[in-house]
Amino acid sequence: MKIVGHNLTTKESFYFFEIAKGLWITSRHFIYNMYFHIAHLLGKYPEVPAAVTIQYPEEKIPLSRRWRGRHRINARPDGSPRCVACMLCETVCPVQCIHIVAGEHPDPAIEKYPVSFEIDVTRCCWCGMCEEACPVDALYMDTGKNPEPGFSREDLLYRKEQLVKEMPLPGCQRSLNAPGQGPMEANPLGL
Amino acid sequence: MYLDVIITLLKIAIVFGFVLNVAAILSWAERKQSAVMQDRIGANRADVLGFRIFGLFHPIADTIKMLTKEDWVPPAGDAFVHTLAPFLALFTALVVFAVIPFGDTLHIAGRDIPLQIADLNVGILFIVAFGGLGFYSVVLAGWSSENKYSLLGSIRAAAQLISYELALGLSIVGIVMAYGSIELDDIARGQGQYVLGVIPYWGIVAQPLGFILFFTAAMAETKRVPFDLPESESEIIGYFTEYSGMKFGAFWMGEFIEVISVAGVVTALYFGGWQIPFLSNQGVFIPGLFTIPLPHLLVVLLQVSAFGLKVLFFCWFMLLVRWTLPRFRYDQLMAFGWKFMVPLALVNIAVTGLIKYVF
Repeated sequence: MKIVGHNLTTKESFYFFEIAKGLWITSRHFIYNMYFHIAHLLGKYPEVPAAVTIQYPEEKIPLSRRWRGRHRINARPDGSPRCVACMLCETVCPVQCIHIVAGEHPDPAIEKYPVSFEIDVTRCCWCGMCEEACPVDALYMDTGKNPEPGFSREDLLYRKEQLVKEMPLPGCQRSLNAPGQGPMEANPLGL
Repeated sequence: MYLDVIITLLKIAIVFGFVLNVAAILSWAERKQSAVMQDRIGANRADVLGFRIFGLFHPIADTIKMLTKEDWVPPAGDAFVHTLAPFLALFTALVVFAVIPFGDTLHIAGRDIPLQIADLNVGILFIVAFGGLGFYSVVLAGWSSENKYSLLGSIRAAAQLISYELALGLSIVGIVMAYGSIELDDIARGQGQYVLGVIPYWGIVAQPLGFILFFTAAMAETKRVPFDLPESESEIIGYFTEYSGMKFGAFWMGEFIEVISVAGVVTALYFGGWQIPFLSNQGVFIPGLFTIPLPHLLVVLLQVSAFGLKVLFFCWFMLLVRWTLPRFRYDQLMAFGWKFMVPLALVNIAVTGLIKYVF
């Protein structure tokens, strides 16, 4: 066994100076942060952060515009889902979490509609391929929401009735291949 | 007679009230200070009716948790010793405060009340003795747990004690030589003198090297990072592996009380105890120029609060060290203790003796 080590120089072997250096760094951080913590309590310098912590449930990081969140299905003006049960999303899904049962639509121009449309988010890997595959502008992942925890698997099975009601988060960008979208805009976070 | 007993009980109440409250707050301060040092915010989630007051409910929440947890004794272990060890840890940490003077003699209603619980004539030796005895709690805890890792922790503790107690004792010898007494009261009073008329003759002025050695060895006595080999939570978990509930809490509190007692001893020996520079019993003075008289009670009050502030400063400093340095490796610890600290402490004694002889 070869021990790779760093032999201490004479000055380092006293420990004292190195310790003093380290203590200076940490106490500098302490004094700087403490100054701004107290300033914040007095309402001064609110723009200077005293800690890098984001207090999660109260504060949230602004999401990337391309962030893929929970799914939703676009609706026609009459409120029915735009999905034509073409099965492209179900086919492209790498984890096979989408299950569609197709039925015949009374309007011959539409031909098919989903009798049931289920997304099993326990399996979903949030890759966004379903969104890109959709040819009729129906399936999106732009709600800006995280999947909510549930008490049963049933709670984590999203059905079409629920998906149709979801709204897009303003500012969220749809998939690049989605119809009706212009060129990609600059990302506010620079991601 | 009865009055003396009442006065002593009052002093005990004041000192222990201070120590125990500060110990509880230190558990909060440790979380918060480490967070602030590392640009974080720290524990602030415990709330009562929506009030969080900077996470100050966390020590209370911890206590409730500790008190209501199951108190488990390993079946193969020694139940009596297993229970005795945490008590010993708390007792030895607390009893050190009996000899630390926290103020000058208080003259009130024709009485002279020394602001020190017990004016023992063995002073420093008492502190060293109980500091050493504190390690018995660790050794007994490790042994009675019937657990390899606990035993490993306590063996490390024993080795660390022997290595650092020596350096601790030898570095104190310098102070004893400088002030010519082993009573803490005399040492604190001796630190009220002035070198060249202006520099307060505090222990750190008289014994700069001795201070560094003593502080290092005393930090090793508290068994905290960078000397936390008995515990080593990342490798062997340590001597309290088999402890749960409030017995674990006793070790935990004992550690914080030790921090405060080390801060108290360092203050008393090296940072002037209750002395404030240029404040004597007569009042504020500039040596050789003028004196502004102050009432005796105000002077004593200022001195006692100065002592408290110095202790709090050293508690802060020890937390700073604890959150700055990584843990020593075992061989480094031994080499540092025996090859570096002990010889330096001996050199310190020789140099002090020489200076005392020449001047």
